[in-house]
Amino acid sequence: MNESQFLLAIAGGLFTIGLLGVVIRRNALVMLMCMELMLNGVNLSLVTFSQQRGDAAGAVMVFLTFVVATAEVALAIPIVLLLVKHARSLDVDRYSELKG
Amino acid sequence: MLFMREPMRVALALITSMSSLGAVYGLMGVHFIAAFQVLIYVGAVMVFMVYVIMLLEVKEAPGSKRFSSYVVPGVVVGVLLMAALGAGMLRGPMSSGMLPGEGSGTFSLVEFSSAFLTRYWLVFELTTVFLVGAIVAALAVVNVSRRKQEGA
Repeated sequence: MNESQFLLAIAGGLFTIGLLGVVIRRNALVMLMCMELMLNGVNLSLVTFSQQRGDAAGAVMVFLTFVVATAEVALAIPIVLLLVKHARSLDVDRYSELKG
Repeated sequence: MLFMREPMRVALALITSMSSLGAVYGLMGVHFIAAFQVLIYVGAVMVFMVYVIMLLEVKEAPGSKRFSSYVVPGVVVGVLLMAALGAGMLRGPMSSGMLPGEGSGTFSLVEFSSAFLTRYWLVFELTTVFLVGAIVAALAVVNVSRRKQEGA
């Protein structure tokens, strides 16, 4: 197993842990943080590939991911605050009345 | 992160993993991405997250369940995903080192910046549009809560 395979394995592990966290946890904030972890895993794989190819395109993608992650948090946290004010809980099961 | 009950501990674990990723980027030679990882993720996103956790202070009822009802299917899907990723990595072009341009070395910050602002300028401009949209959306969300407060 060479270096980039090891890094890609770490990236896959981070993504899987993040996905598991989003699926199995009930706390809305913890789910948000697990989404950040998934983005981090993807970032690591992008950087690995771009380093391997010696191409700057992957690094550009990483920057775009940074921007998207920041905007996501800036939007998601006010929504979570609204939901908490509404349901008095961080438990996503309490938000079931939002079903369309 | 999967098993801790307190959101603050999850946040601290995430900060640790993000800082370690920054160190990994630094060791890989992409120092500017390492700097941005620490500045943006740890310095902005996670500080915001920690701030919100301290602000909210919603105590979950003792004895409330930590996991949703999707634990078993979720774990199964996670294991399957990990197996699929591993199989793809071991069997794909990565295993024989056939990826094009392997070992062509790192690129410099100068190369990155010129590629960013010449070849990918459109993406850069689209990012600004996206950020303006995000600001408008955040203002809309804040407005919703204010209107609800006035209505109450």
